[in-house]
Amino acid sequence: MTQQTQPANPVELLKERFPEAVKYVKQFANETTIVVERKQVIEVLKFLRDTKGLLYNFLSDISSVDYYPDPPTEQRPERFAVSYHLYSLLYNRRIRVKTFVPEDDATVPTATTVWEAANWLEREIWDMMGIFFEGHPDPRRVLMPADWDGHPLRRDVPLGYETIMFSFNVEEILKHKPTGKEGRVSE
Amino acid sequence: MVMTVPESQQGKAIESWQGQVEELRGLVSERAMTGETLLLNMGPHHPSTHGVLRLLLELDGEEIITCLPDVGFLHTGIEKTIESKQYEKGVALTDRVDYLAPMNNNTVFVMAIEKMLALDVPERAQVIRVICLELTRIQSHLVWLGTHALDMGAMSAFLYCFRERELILDMFEMLSGQRMMGSYIRPGGLWRDLPDEFLPALQHFVDIFPRRVDDYEALLVNNPIWRDRTEGIGVVEPEEALALGMTGPTLRASGVNWDIRKAEPYLTYPRYDFNVPLGEHGDVYDRFWVRMQEFRESIKIIKQAMKNIPGGPVRSQNRKYVPPPRAELGRSMEAVIHHFKLWTEGFSAPDEEVYVAIEGPRGEVGCYLHGTGGTKPRRVHLKTPSFMHISALGKMSQGHMIADLVGIIGSVDIVLGDSDR
Repeated sequence: MTQQTQPANPVELLKERFPEAVKYVKQFANETTIVVERKQVIEVLKFLRDTKGLLYNFLSDISSVDYYPDPPTEQRPERFAVSYHLYSLLYNRRIRVKTFVPEDDATVPTATTVWEAANWLEREIWDMMGIFFEGHPDPRRVLMPADWDGHPLRRDVPLGYETIMFSFNVEEILKHKPTGKEGRVSE
Repeated sequence: MVMTVPESQQGKAIESWQGQVEELRGLVSERAMTGETLLLNMGPHHPSTHGVLRLLLELDGEEIITCLPDVGFLHTGIEKTIESKQYEKGVALTDRVDYLAPMNNNTVFVMAIEKMLALDVPERAQVIRVICLELTRIQSHLVWLGTHALDMGAMSAFLYCFRERELILDMFEMLSGQRMMGSYIRPGGLWRDLPDEFLPALQHFVDIFPRRVDDYEALLVNNPIWRDRTEGIGVVEPEEALALGMTGPTLRASGVNWDIRKAEPYLTYPRYDFNVPLGEHGDVYDRFWVRMQEFRESIKIIKQAMKNIPGGPVRSQNRKYVPPPRAELGRSMEAVIHHFKLWTEGFSAPDEEVYVAIEGPRGEVGCYLHGTGGTKPRRVHLKTPSFMHISALGKMSQGHMIADLVGIIGSVDIVLGDSDR
């Protein structure tokens, strides 16, 4: 094996190349998370994909997190975060690139220019979490109906449910239900 | 092609029953705006779309110019609902994600929890999990083969495939009491040990199944109609497949050797000797061929796993996460406390994130789990192969005939529950 095909340390290379973009690096359960500046995330992803010794050439997943209602901390300065899960087929390893997104300007540059696979994953995040991807070629909703109001996976959106009917409250519940005549228990 | 647009309508935006075609500008070609090409809805009730998939097709005669897949009809908000459930109770929801491979989704979610808690899984449970996962792969591929062949006009393969699938579902019923949504795989191991009748049934299945696979192949491989309709259709180049996020047999049919069971082995997979079948051309036929070989490889794995199922417990003995057996509750006060804590409050997981990926029947199934430090997760994102494959359908079907589209959809093996979650 030649020198060039040796796997390199992604954290060191990134810190060298983007000293300002890399905020901090986290290790948990043998997974490396690199937290980067939001505006530079695309350059970081491109660097990870194309640099010799890294070659994270497969985009496994893009996920989002909503830290509401936790107050911002030094490690989590903003409400939302977007995580890119990359995989390198050559070196058989994974890495997570994470970027924090503020609530009042919930936009991230699109990764569709790096991987086509990002297209629908980003549409899903826009649909469910309300984080917009700037420059996305097709920013329509993907899972929810086109006329849906709001973004359901945000943690301040309540989970709808029906009150369970027991003998003590069944009449009260049925009173407010838009059922037909046959649905009424009491006359 | 003769223009069929009346003179009065030329150059004007067309109104469809769902609003202005103007909304589609940029997504379909300019010719659709004037009505020169035909916009056609395929699905969501079309039998060949394998569920509720809607495709908006732009057709020039029979040729597909653009194909816009539309999903979400089966969206049930599973990711949102899991956030309001304790970790163990969330397992029952993951069954419903990909309803043809429920064990698989159980496993990926449970493995994410185990990774987060550093929870041990007894060896016996790991081996049984492997058997379950491979049975799931076979039964999912059987549904795929049956419906794919049915779409292409081969009726009998469907009946044979479902006959064998019934044997597997019966085994799942022995394990968990449910044919499909068993929730058999739980954090720390399994729900319960194998019942006595399971291993004989499995042995019977393993004995007869290889011959049945030969039967399916005899029905299709040498069938000139089948080959004419599949060879050279929907070709995906390896680089393109990787860029589009394809995984699993669909990726391997394009010749990319990536199987997570080999690359990042989980459970007891490193012990077993099996091959990863690869295609050459990346067309519909190769995707078919790769899955046919996977039947045989799965049987190989099951045979090796069956031979050596170690004894011992099937669930972790860590009582902070795994409830004690029922018999202990009568004797031990500690067991009663653990039982009460686990079934009322549940266990807590750290405020950290993990990502676990396993090789499902359709490809890489990933689970991104973010805890809160409490008993409920902050975020569970399931990366599902069908979602990625449907997003690639447009690219794959461009320039093909509308009749080939049915074959292309079938060949990537999509499940709409998997894509919509």
